Amino acid sequence: MHYLVPMADLLSFTPNGIYCEIGDFYIDPWRPVPRALITHGHADHARPGHGHYLATQTAAPVMRHRLGDIALDTVSYGETLSRNGVSISFHPAGHVPGSAQIRLEHKGEIWVCSGDYKTVDDGLSEPFEPVKCHAFITESTFGLPVFKWTPQDTLAQQINDWWASNAANGTFSMLGCYALGKAQRLLRTVDPSIGPILTHGAIENTNQILRAQGIALPDTTLVTPELDVAAQKGALVLATPSALNSTWSRRFKPHSTAFASGWMALRGVRRRRAADRGFIVSDHADWTGLNAAIAQTSAERVFVTHGYTSVFSKWLAEQGYDAQVVQTEFDGETLETGEAE
Amino acid sequence: MKDFANLFTTLDQTTKTTAKVNAMAAYFRTATDADKLWCIALFSGRRPKRVITTTLLREWAAEQAGLPLWLFEESYPIVGDLAETISLFLPPAVGHVDRPLSGWIAELQRLSALDEAQRKAGILHAWSVLPQTERFLFTKLLTGGFRIGVSQKLMTRALARATDQDEAVLTHKLMGKWTPDTTTWNALIESNDPTADLSRPYPFYLAYGLEDLDKLGPVSDWFIDRKWDGIRGQLIIRDGQHHLWSRGEDLMTDRFPELAQLIDVLPNGTVIDGEILAFKNEKPMSFNALQKRIGRKTVPKSVLKDAPAILMAYDLLEYDGQDIRDKPLETRRSVLETLLNSTPKSAPLRLSAQVTGDTWDDIANIRATSRDHHAEGLMLKRRDSPYLSGRKKGDWWKWKIDPLTIDAVMIYAQAGSGRRANLFTDFTFAVKNGTDLVPFTKAYSGLTDAEFRQITAWVKKNTQQRFGPVRQVPAEHVFEIAFEGIQPSPRHKSGIALRFPRMLRWRHDKPVDDINTLDDLKQMLATYG
Ligand SMILES: [Zn+2]
Ligand SMILES: [Zn+2]
Repeated sequence: MHYLVPMADLLSFTPNGIYCEIGDFYIDPWRPVPRALITHGHADHARPGHGHYLATQTAAPVMRHRLGDIALDTVSYGETLSRNGVSISFHPAGHVPGSAQIRLEHKGEIWVCSGDYKTVDDGLSEPFEPVKCHAFITESTFGLPVFKWTPQDTLAQQINDWWASNAANGTFSMLGCYALGKAQRLLRTVDPSIGPILTHGAIENTNQILRAQGIALPDTTLVTPELDVAAQKGALVLATPSALNSTWSRRFKPHSTAFASGWMALRGVRRRRAADRGFIVSDHADWTGLNAAIAQTSAERVFVTHGYTSVFSKWLAEQGYDAQVVQTEFDGETLETGEAE
Repeated sequence: MKDFANLFTTLDQTTKTTAKVNAMAAYFRTATDADKLWCIALFSGRRPKRVITTTLLREWAAEQAGLPLWLFEESYPIVGDLAETISLFLPPAVGHVDRPLSGWIAELQRLSALDEAQRKAGILHAWSVLPQTERFLFTKLLTGGFRIGVSQKLMTRALARATDQDEAVLTHKLMGKWTPDTTTWNALIESNDPTADLSRPYPFYLAYGLEDLDKLGPVSDWFIDRKWDGIRGQLIIRDGQHHLWSRGEDLMTDRFPELAQLIDVLPNGTVIDGEILAFKNEKPMSFNALQKRIGRKTVPKSVLKDAPAILMAYDLLEYDGQDIRDKPLETRRSVLETLLNSTPKSAPLRLSAQVTGDTWDDIANIRATSRDHHAEGLMLKRRDSPYLSGRKKGDWWKWKIDPLTIDAVMIYAQAGSGRRANLFTDFTFAVKNGTDLVPFTKAYSGLTDAEFRQITAWVKKNTQQRFGPVRQVPAEHVFEIAFEGIQPSPRHKSGIALRFPRMLRWRHDKPVDDINTLDDLKQMLATYG
């Protein structure tokens, strides 16, 4: 007589984070653990206090900058490592430079933890690569059909038009965005011939780290107390979301404000932001991207993390997936704060 | 509709008044007459009638998107607006039909005359050829819910700039019961024929709340009367007909049939600004009596008997067919007095009496007696002031009495809509009754956005139970609720209903034990109801 023993899951969801028992390591854990595999450098994924870190080479400099002197090993995309018989490899997630989906394989069973991802090529991050697997852990930050992103070329035109018309009448263009990823993506999107580009300190720090690793970005000038602002009329000013409506922004007179986020797709959020413009740009996949990415994995099981988890997993279940919600402590780009990464 | 959508986007996205006016003026300079006329109509609240129920729209949107209806219903509260949800939920448009605004509205009117299957086909087609913003606007028009975040005043300013006309003249031209189907751009805006519309009212002059009594100068410069607690109205007698307009430009003529007899006692070419009051035994009744008549299309005899209405006259705007708004208030008032002195006492018309005093302290004492007269306070008007249009600062002030207040505890919370769709802003409040808490009112304004964010975070963490969109929360937070009036209401558990309730303050300092009681409310009802 034979018993069909169900194979133990390769990954489990623990209070410390996503855990691989066989390999004895965590992925993006939110409490200090001995070994952590990190999908990308955003603060809700790469946290301080772990014994040992593993991330891609591109992600490493930002992590070192943010987390200080950590025990960090790096891998290239596609390179395979092994731990207790579990093969580990990192694959581009298209979210920010160096972001990865982490693929695990053990005795023919393949799991992929996607971290944060987007499927469109933003011209900055290593483009998303679909990875075949049996079980896929997906985010669902924008997991509703009302989220469909503006095509990249339309977006570029919208931002450049806004900047150029402001520049033409001597107005500063103050654009609010997250310091890692979004800011550099926008830098690669805008047309630097329109005028000078000024940056907030938090953004310039990240710029310098990425430039040092060979990522080309247009010239930018750090805003310092000494800077002669009047000489920069018509400049594009990249600011962190919190700096956008703070005393910091008052030096730039007159200025028009804009905010770049996926939430700008919603009129109510745009109006609440009280910015003059809202550009719909996100480093997370939209509804179309999420569904396409999941289909391309050929996975049967799908675990849904941060965002509209219950709605999106119900939808996936109706499409025939074995889908379930997983509680995580990733902040994501939440609607409530609009501030996290 | 592309240019109208661009205008909408600009208006929607900028917070700056000058940018809004510039964008509208540019539209009024370039759009066709038919589009301009519809634009003015929409911006002044003249919406086309609803073509279809929202239930059907949801079903059709889900069907066209090839997605289940439940997914639509889950998306709707996140987006916060039905037309916007539809516009985002549907797949991107294929091709683009750039019909003008007036063309799409004509299509809408054509559809409303067809049967359901044909209407559906027309709507699905429109959705499939309109880009997102235009699709949103078209759907807004379909649901009869088109509203825009621009005041009629700003729109008129832009129109004045684009047509080189005086703003006040245009404000006047835009009043009345016209629709784009009953007039043309030329007749409404370009022509200067004052008899074009016999029913056309003058724009109401609206006063600001008094800011600084010390800056008013001597009392003798001011004409002062009571601010009556009724419905502000403008009575027009022209060509043997009468029209009664509300401040919100609703025609109320048929709701107050007793005023029809004024045709016989006032000469043609008379326009009076006043207050409609329920009035008995030479005294105004409480607003509650009048309220029973609001919202009724027909008025039964019993109501006419229990709450007979009069016009309490404040001001005279037209006399002998002449617009006299430029004359000083004193002159207008003396003509008004002469006019009213010759009308019989039986006519439903009274003069709002002047109140006098030697000092501002005397006036303050009179103001303090306002509630005894069912008045909301005093009106202070400069004796030499013309009758301006709209809300203008300086010549007229309203000096209202302080609102009634009560301390209550929040027990339910519900998310707002639109701009506040993701904040808990609609609260239900309770007072104590022995050891019980009795809900007695809802309120949804009065706090800052920061306070709403704070309370939202607390509600999320402390939800005890959900009833659909409503969340029950622990009775911990005390608020001071302000309101303008109180009336009996058998429909409510508390037995009372409040007028204009709002949150005056969040009383962090006040323990729940110290809130007001149901007896306190009943006491207020006895005194002020
Ligand atoms: Zn994240
Ligand atoms: Zn991230």
